[in-house]
Parts: sequence; structure tokens; C-alpha cells
Amino acid sequence: MTTLSNPQKITKETPPKWRKYFSFSLDHKVIGIQYLVTSFFFFLLAGIFAMIMRGELITPEPDLLDRTVYNALFTMHGTIMLFGWTFPVLTGLSNYLVPLMIGAKDMAFPRLNAAAFWMIPVVGILLAISFLVPGGPSQSGWWAYPPVSLQNPTGNLINGQFLWLLAVALSGVSSIMGAVNFVTTIVRMRAPGMTWFKTPAFVWTVLAAQLIQLYGLPALTAGAVMLLCDLTFGTAFFDPVQGGNPVLYQHFFWFYSHPAVYVIILPAFGIFSEIFPVYARKPLFGYRVVAVSSVVITGLSGIVWVHHMFASGTPGWMRMLFMATTMLISVPTGIKVFAWVATIWGGKLRLDTPMLFALGGLVNFVFAGITGIMLASTPIDIHVNNTYFVVGHFHYVLYGSMVFATYAAIYHWFPKMTGKMYYEGLGKLHFYLSFIGTALNFLPMHPVGLMGMPRRVASYDPEFTFWNVLASIGGFILGISVIPFLLNMVSSWISGKPAGNNPWRAIGLEWLVASPPEEENFEETPIVISEPYGYGKKEPLTQNMG
Amino acid sequence: MRTKIIIISAITLVVVAMSVWMGQIAYSWLPPQASAEAVLIDNLFSLLTAIGTFIFLGVTGAIIYNIIVHRAGRYDTSDGPPIEGNIKLEIIWTAIPLVLVFIIATLSYQTYDKMDLHGPTEIAHLPHMMPSAYADTGLSSEATTNIEVDSKQWAWVFHYPDKNVTSTELHLPVDQRVHLTMRSQDVIHGFYIPAFRVKQDIIPPKTVDFEFTPIKIGRYRLRDSQYSGTYFAAMQTDVVVENSEDYDRWLNQAKRQKPTPAPNQAASEYAQREQKDAIAIWDTVVPAPSPMVNYHP
Repeated sequence: MTTLSNPQKITKETPPKWRKYFSFSLDHKVIGIQYLVTSFFFFLLAGIFAMIMRGELITPEPDLLDRTVYNALFTMHGTIMLFGWTFPVLTGLSNYLVPLMIGAKDMAFPRLNAAAFWMIPVVGILLAISFLVPGGPSQSGWWAYPPVSLQNPTGNLINGQFLWLLAVALSGVSSIMGAVNFVTTIVRMRAPGMTWFKTPAFVWTVLAAQLIQLYGLPALTAGAVMLLCDLTFGTAFFDPVQGGNPVLYQHFFWFYSHPAVYVIILPAFGIFSEIFPVYARKPLFGYRVVAVSSVVITGLSGIVWVHHMFASGTPGWMRMLFMATTMLISVPTGIKVFAWVATIWGGKLRLDTPMLFALGGLVNFVFAGITGIMLASTPIDIHVNNTYFVVGHFHYVLYGSMVFATYAAIYHWFPKMTGKMYYEGLGKLHFYLSFIGTALNFLPMHPVGLMGMPRRVASYDPEFTFWNVLASIGGFILGISVIPFLLNMVSSWISGKPAGNNPWRAIGLEWLVASPPEEENFEETPIVISEPYGYGKKEPLTQNMG
Repeated sequence: MRTKIIIISAITLVVVAMSVWMGQIAYSWLPPQASAEAVLIDNLFSLLTAIGTFIFLGVTGAIIYNIIVHRAGRYDTSDGPPIEGNIKLEIIWTAIPLVLVFIIATLSYQTYDKMDLHGPTEIAHLPHMMPSAYADTGLSSEATTNIEVDSKQWAWVFHYPDKNVTSTELHLPVDQRVHLTMRSQDVIHGFYIPAFRVKQDIIPPKTVDFEFTPIKIGRYRLRDSQYSGTYFAAMQTDVVVENSEDYDRWLNQAKRQKPTPAPNQAASEYAQREQKDAIAIWDTVVPAPSPMVNYHP
């Protein structure tokens, strides 16, 4: 049963390489790359919006943009970054990696997989059209809290808010489809011998994250549909004038949208867990605890949402209850952080670009965790919530940790995806620009928030100018940092050095197959016999491969 | 072994010293402490900053130490020691965050309880276990000043029912507990005075009660903290904390003035906007009419 036994594969007419990425492909690897590239386009777009906003905020007066335009830009920045970038880019990575890592030929439902992906461009088109309708795109922020989101100054039936709600609901449906697929694939399609405690940590985190999607997204989607009914058809779920309750929407919204942070950060944790062992040449310290703590986070994440509403219509006892549950999350995350540090400890460190991004991401995450505990503490939260302190905190989570982890993953698995090696020099330049830009952009948001600058303002009091100028400079550096990355990816893919199957000498099923992998990944189903991360040990990973 | 212990103890001491120092300078990052509640929150913030600094320096210190000491040589392809775990260590570092969380949550609870902010009470309210902040400072625990707060897109209006005075600037007597009855005419607004460290969303159509105690004479900023639409950023006004005589004088003086329309930034920007002919202007909610008040700055 070797290569020759599969003659029809060789004679089958395959479309030229580049064209398959624009087709309705059922191959999880093609879909993975489609997700990655599409989401990166959204990342650039929402990043440009952010830079225009930072341009406005260089001076206290609202002099660059009309306030309506500023409000639409921050709404779209948040919306596109979340629904166009963070979820799809991680779905893309998971799509590419999970079947390879668990020794499967494809995802459980390839057609569902492709259908879920093709909804993402539709979400993008809906949001793009909203710029063209009279009145412009939604201006109510990515939370879309009523009654602001129910005010429709244009009076038109088709308005920016309407299209926004359609896009969010559609994105939710796409993610639920993806989640069903991931959970089934991971539970049912692991290679023989791959017991739960032989499953890579990244796969554990994907499973934990996708379970959150399954229980949380229906709430967000329901909230969006109800808001759409209020806005368009005259129902009154949330409209106080007609007896509705705007706080009800906040519960619907945050019941999903706080756990969503863990949907985003759990795969980032998985990436850290994969990368540190390779570049420290040591097993993942406390692998079993690291794996299980992901599922603990999934459980806890379902009972923290009210901490977004401490200053809202929330009575004291509820504030105290949710303060305690929110703080508890720091225990499983703390376990992970300690385990990563112990993995690095006394290793043989190689500071290639993926490792630099992972280390930088870890440092940023520790900082974000500390400000996270402060925000969980109700008295401090009462002062800083809805200020720039929160904006700084979550950008440290999302940019400093999740985007860094994503970059680490893209550099680490780039040789696997393309068969080519990226340019280390450009990669390092990208890292240093990203790290400096992140610090300069998001650190100043903390002091300016403590001083009392609210978020979402197009203008501010002159006392906040200094920190805003710094943040804007940092924002522009982050914008520039993308250039070496793009240059690197495009030129390496076209004319990079051949990478070989396993340039990092990494342990994992995905490194046992060709780069890029064949259409059905494995010629022969691998039989797994040992735990992952056997660095420094002599035992093989599988019985029949490599 | 002995030298190792000494070195580790010395490093720990330095990190502790730096953490305590950060905890102290944390006070300087915050606005003036103009309310009894601010003192409580700042103490908690200072403590969390110190703990956070210790954790941050510990973790990053360990990472930097390994980057410096444990780099693989250029041609070194060997592996590190295959250590997979250590049950004792893992139990310890699960227990430490758990204990820390318990301590921080307890302290936060005590602080919150002392603040006794009121806020929405329609479901239930925790019974008070601690003496409240105003009792702590030796001030009266009864609210002596009652003010009605009316918020709308995009203006704050304050009504003093005892004298039937309206104002767009909030005047408060120092060292007296204030009771606010807050309402919103349209969307959710957030009542936020950074110098007082207090914040409360005003959710229509409900009336929200709110209490705090200003303790420092001065002029501060009141901002809308909950995004309220186009002119959200302009929905700000001054809070003047003064001694009782000045406060009474101001109130009596305002009472004698006839109500006039107060200047309003949202309204004036909106008026100018109609004359602007730019391309990138999208529809906005029309600001509510300028409030008629006895006093405006």
C-alpha cells in the first residue's frame, strides 16, 4: 500500500494550483488557507479604520472626521476585527491543522465546512454594502446596545444597522456550522491509538473553544434577530418606550460575547503550547493539566458575562457573584502560564520568528491577565469600565496575545502549508515592529483610562493629549509592521527556499507528511503510540510512520 | 545550594521592593481623590498593582533569564532535559492563584460594600456587613442633599427640588452625602465623575438611585460613560464641590434667575453641520432642544 497503489489520483485532472483557492473546494487545507487569506484582508481593512481613528485622536478636537463617520469607523473596526478577522483566522488555522494533527483525512463534514467558509465573504459584502446605503453603516458600536441601535435617523427600512444585524447573524450561523464540524471531527476522527491524553494541546483548545461556540452563539444570534425585529418590524423586546427592557439585550449579548474572548484566546493558548516545546526542545510541562485546564475555562466562561454590566442595571449581589466567578478564570489560565514558563525553563532555546512571537505574546498575555483581575474587581471596574483602560486591556488580549499567537502559528506552519521557508530577517523585523507598536499603542491607554477618558469618543479634554499622541504613533507602527509580513509571505511562497517536511525537527503527525501535504493527508492511517511532545526522549510517535 | 538560596532570596526581595514601590506610585496615575469612595478604590487599586507587578516581574524575569542563559548554540541540535511535570509544583501553583483570588475577592467585596452606592435595587440588595465609607470618614450617613439628574441626547440637567432650581452644572456641598435620582429621556447614559471614581448607567425608563460623598473642594468633570450616539463625546459638564455657605449662596442666587436656554455643544455643532457641505457626513439623531435652566456657566 504505497504511492503506486493510488493511480487514479495521479491521472485525475487537478486545476492549476492557485485556482483551487478560488473554488468551492472540499479539502480542509484549501478551506483553511481560504479562511486565512480572507480574514487577513479583513484584518488589513479594520486596521486601516483603526489608523484613521488614531489619526483623529492625535488632537483633542474632532477635526479630521465628522462625528458620524468616526462612530461608524469604530463600529466597523470592532465588528470586522471580531467577525471578519479573529474568528475566521483561528477557524482557518484550526481547519488546516486539526485533521493533520489527529491523523484524519479531512474534516467530518467537508461540504458543511466549505459552506461555512463561503458565508464569510457574504458577511463582508453585507458590511461593505452598508457603507453605500443612505445614512451610512451602523454607528452604534459593535455591542449595538439598544436604544441607540434602535434609533434610525434615516427612516429607511434598509439601513446600516439592519445590514449589520444580518451580517452578525450570518456570521453566527457560519460559526455554529464550523463548531459542529470541529467537535465531531475531534471527538470521532482521531487516529487509532490517539487517546485523549495523546491528543495535542492545540486540538484540546480548539475543542474547548468550539464547545463555547455551540452553547453561546445561539444566544447572540437570538439577540441579533430580536433586535432586528425591534428595529424593523415594530416589536418591543428591548425598546423602553414601548415597555421593552434594554438590559435584556445586554444579557443576551454578553452571554456569548464574553465567552467569545475564550473562543479567541483558547486556540492562542494551544499555539503557545505547541510552539514552546519545539523551540525549547523540551516536553510541554504538565501536558495533562494544560489540556484539562482548557475545558475548565470552557465551563467557567459560561458564568462570567455580567462583569461587563457592573455599572449597568445590575444589583449588588449579582455584582459580587460575577466578580468571584470572573476571578476564578485566572486559576486555569495561571496554570497554563506557569506550565509554559516551566517548559522554557532550562531548555535549549532557539529564537526563531515563531518563538519570538510566542514569547512576546506570552509576556503581553501576563500583562493583560493582571489588568483583567483589576477589571474583575467590582470597585475598580466601577471606576475604569467604559474607559480606555478597558480598551487597553482587551487590545493586550486580542492584539498582544491572540494576534501574536496567530503570527507565531503562521510562521511556524508556513513551511508545512507551502513547502517553502519564509525569510527569517523579515520575520524578525515584523516581530520587533509588532512588539514595539503594541506597547506604544496599547500601554498608554491604561493611564489615560485611569485618568477618566471614556472609550468611543471622537474628541476629548486636552489633559489626555500626551498619551493619545503616543498611542497614535504606536498604531501607525503597527500599521507599518504588516508590510514586512506581507512581503515575506508573498515572496517566500513564490520563491522561498524548499523547506523539507520537518524543518523544525518538530514532533507531531502533521510533520510526518509531505510539505504541503497530499490531498488526503495520510497515505496510511497513522497508529499513535506515545504522548505528544516527546522532546529529549527516544520513543517514536507512531507505530507505522516516520 | 546555600549561595543559590541567598541569590534567590535577594532577587525575591528586590522584586518585592519594586512591587511595593509600584503600588505606591499607582496613586499618582489616578485623578485627585475627591470623594470618600475614591480613597477606598485607590487603596484597592494600589494593592492589586503591587500584586500584579510581583507576578509580572516574576514571570517575565524567568523568561528573560532563560533567554539569556539557556539559548541553544548555533550548531547545537540536542534536546533539553525531558522533564514532563512535577505534581508537587503543579499543586502549589494551582493553590497560589486560588488563595490570591480568594483574598482579592474578599477585599473587593469589603470595599464595594463600604461604598454603598445604591444603584438599581429592583431585584434585591446585599445586606451591609461593613461600616460604609461615609461612616468611616466620620461624616453623616444620611444623605442630606437630594438632586434629580436628567440626561438626554446630549445634555445633563440637574434639578434641586428644595429650591426648585435647575442647572447644567452640578454643584455639591463638600463632606455631605449626596443622593441622586437619575433618569434618562432617550438612551442609556453613564453618570461618571472620574475624580469621585463612581459610575452608574442610567437605563430608561427606570429611575436609578445613586449615592456618594464628595470630600474635596474643587472643580471636576462629569462625563457620559455609556456610548449614547453621535455627540456622545460632547456630553460633559463641570462638577463644582464647594463649602456649604458657597453652595447655599449659589443656590439662592440661581433661584432668583429666570430660566434661559443653556448653551449646548451638540446643538451648536448640529446647527453648523447643516451648513457644512462635506461628502462624508451621515445621518444623525437630532439633539434634544437646549435645556431651559436657571443657571448655566
